[in-house]
Amino acid sequence: MFTQAQSPRLAQRRARVLKERAIEMVLFLAALVSVFTTVGIVYILVKESVVFFQQVSIVAFLTDTQWTPLFDDQHFGIMVLLSGTLTSSVVALAIAIPLGTIIAIYLSEFAPFKLREIAKPFLELLAGVPTIVYGFFALLFVTPILQWFYPELPGFNLLSAGIVMGVMIIPYVSSISEDAMRAVPMNLREGSYAMGATRFQTAVKVVVPAAFSGIASAYILGISRAVGETMILAVAAGMQPNLTFNPLEPAATITSYIVQVALGDLPHGSIGYQTIFAAGLTLMLFTFACNIAGHVLRKRFRETY
Amino acid sequence: MATVSVASSVESRPQPSAPLVPKVKASGLSFYYGAFRALKELDLVVHENCVTALIGPSGCGKSTFLRCFNRMHDLYPGNRYEGEIRLYPDDINLLAPGVDPIEVRMRLSMVFQKPNPFPKSIFENVAYGLRVRGERSGRTLEGKVEAALRDAALWSEVKDRLHQLAFNLSGGQQQRLCIARALATDPELMLFDEPTSSLDPIATASIEELIADLKKKVTILIVTHNMQQAARVSDFTAYMYLGQLIEFGRTDELFIKPKNKQTEDYITGRFG
Amino acid sequence: MPYARDLKSIRRLIAAHKRWDLVFACCGVLALMVGLLTFIALFVDMAIDGVPRLNWDFFTNFPSRHAAQAGILSAWVGSCLVMLVTAFVAVPLGVGAGLYLEEYAPKNWVTDVIEINVTNLAGVPSIVYGLLALGVFVYQFGFGQSILSAGFTLALLILPVVIVATREAIRSIPVGIREAAYALGATQWQVCKDHIIPYSSAGILTGVIIGMARAIGETAPVITIGALTFIAFLPPSPIKAEPPFLSFEWLTSPFTVMPIQMFNWTSRPEAAFLQNAAAAGFVLVLLTLAMNGFAIWLRYRLRKNIKW
Repeated sequence: MFTQAQSPRLAQRRARVLKERAIEMVLFLAALVSVFTTVGIVYILVKESVVFFQQVSIVAFLTDTQWTPLFDDQHFGIMVLLSGTLTSSVVALAIAIPLGTIIAIYLSEFAPFKLREIAKPFLELLAGVPTIVYGFFALLFVTPILQWFYPELPGFNLLSAGIVMGVMIIPYVSSISEDAMRAVPMNLREGSYAMGATRFQTAVKVVVPAAFSGIASAYILGISRAVGETMILAVAAGMQPNLTFNPLEPAATITSYIVQVALGDLPHGSIGYQTIFAAGLTLMLFTFACNIAGHVLRKRFRETY
Repeated sequence: MATVSVASSVESRPQPSAPLVPKVKASGLSFYYGAFRALKELDLVVHENCVTALIGPSGCGKSTFLRCFNRMHDLYPGNRYEGEIRLYPDDINLLAPGVDPIEVRMRLSMVFQKPNPFPKSIFENVAYGLRVRGERSGRTLEGKVEAALRDAALWSEVKDRLHQLAFNLSGGQQQRLCIARALATDPELMLFDEPTSSLDPIATASIEELIADLKKKVTILIVTHNMQQAARVSDFTAYMYLGQLIEFGRTDELFIKPKNKQTEDYITGRFG
Repeated sequence: MPYARDLKSIRRLIAAHKRWDLVFACCGVLALMVGLLTFIALFVDMAIDGVPRLNWDFFTNFPSRHAAQAGILSAWVGSCLVMLVTAFVAVPLGVGAGLYLEEYAPKNWVTDVIEINVTNLAGVPSIVYGLLALGVFVYQFGFGQSILSAGFTLALLILPVVIVATREAIRSIPVGIREAAYALGATQWQVCKDHIIPYSSAGILTGVIIGMARAIGETAPVITIGALTFIAFLPPSPIKAEPPFLSFEWLTSPFTVMPIQMFNWTSRPEAAFLQNAAAAGFVLVLLTLAMNGFAIWLRYRLRKNIKW
């Protein structure tokens, strides 16, 4: 039972609730965009790859030692591209993981406060430089320097691209590792110092093991950055497919192959067009495997201070 | 009333019979956090094989004082000591600029407020101090770890799982593990910083028992927020207030017949 | 060796340990130096090669077969327009998603899925976004190889950055502020609109700038959707002389962006074009440095000033 005076207020109230619900719905949809993105990525990669694998057997894809999708004599051996990706990633990680870890330990446990305040933003700036610029730098600065030591080095090679990629990845590794180490509670460090341990002993024997899961995530991120990096390799490593694990040679990677195809004018729906989705799917699966590994590691070594 | 129970637990205890030998002596000790003077001209003698307790309301500087002994304040910038803390029998000033804080920490050991085992196995936790001192022989380590765990009354509980992660122990066990870790290196003086403040009453009782036992082997300086605890475990007690040492004396005398009005107010519960 | 007992051997041991401290500190400084020197070398290299080419004509000329006459007009105009689309898409979506996750989201599996998604998307290689855009935007939706496709792609790419920054900014607002507003009778949306968004705007801005700096330098996904490398015309102007004054023809126009122009010049063998590439690279580095530097400075100011 409502009086006349109450019913407009009730209507107002209903309108307000409706408006609130509508706004919540809109915001929810905005949040769902990220899910749509993932779904879209999986859908498009799988869809085009299915067409691709109807024409090329998975066995041939995994075992063939040649990659010549754009020639008359077509071969689709993904190993060729994977070898380039793996070789350049190993070079990059061989630089980024040790240096990034050392920087993280140094900034978290050794460096005076002032230095840390300067070094952290500086490292962020380093991560913000466009990768195409790094590619230019690898091709026209690092390669000539390397050729000075080793004159037979070809102008395009995985080594210089890998080195520059490594430097580019350092900030990702160092910043996440450092955050993990700083999250280790002070009383754990004090426990170690009170036993007469030095900074180095405390860092290596107590802080690093305690922050292990965070450091592992930093490494995983570094790996997926290295595997997914495109422009440095497209510019500095050459784009010819080459089944090699020798960083001194030029080689195409999964990513630089996609760029190469996209630069040309491949008709939509041709086998060449589909190869880049198959290559992309391979890349995605690799990154996905890394993420799963990271997740398992985090679960296994979760911090319980 | 609180006083009565404290006094009764003091009276029933036998007096230390051996002659008193000083182990450490703080004199004219002041400590600064930047410009803030946290400790003012403290004098205190800790006697060998005795338990000395520091009591006082929170914020009175008792933990700050304790952390001067093993130079923990050196870990953070902007801290400054004045005066001296002399360690006997060598008679060296622990606070002297020429004395390495690491050397001090190797000779004194500390047990913290919250149990802080390292993310390692039980065995490696106790062996840590020995490894830091360069001990590599497996047999020596095993012997020392076992002895320390026995002294910390933990051996029977953990002997079958020495290589499990220390985090799996209960809070009281973790704290006893930290005591074992501090004992393993044969320290000359053990510092306890409110070791039972994060433990339940049963675990607290076992730690107190342990401390009373340990004084046969080592000298102990303990900070406690709990007067009854001071009365139960200590031979000497110092009452601190606002960075100053108000009164110091035998525990029974201090609790039964405090000389200072402030001390009396505190232990009778009229204050703090 | 028995463990050190007497003072003398303790001191010897400490000296040995401290040497390791010193060695490691040196390693740390060296490692930092590697980063610093690389950065300086990169900057100086770009500057030496590129600065002589930087003049007014370089910004107002179209690309050309003749290196000395080539400029980045179509590239920087294209970059600006693509960034415009990116910002228009990424900011509302990112802020909306962040707001939803922090203020509205119930604790259920849908929210968990969204959160895990955002984290994982941040680790997806940028070229995969390019493939998504090629398949979905260019062909499925029929946007073609246009500014619109590129803007959408880069918006999706930087979405995780904006969402994470928004969430962090919102999380730093104390609960008391919300409770105070609710206590005055505000609805949830009023609390968000009048309090949460304004108070977190500086933090959100930081994230948006960092995201845009990343988008402006991204090359691979834009190449993948098929941006042309040689464009000697400008997209139709967004502003018209006659009513309705605004035109959206430019959205569907072919385009190029600065990093692609630089890539194109880098892959030419002639040294003169490499100089152009260095000049374009120098402009890009300055631009991204300025944007990131501004964002870092903003964040620093924020941390210093706001004390809830």
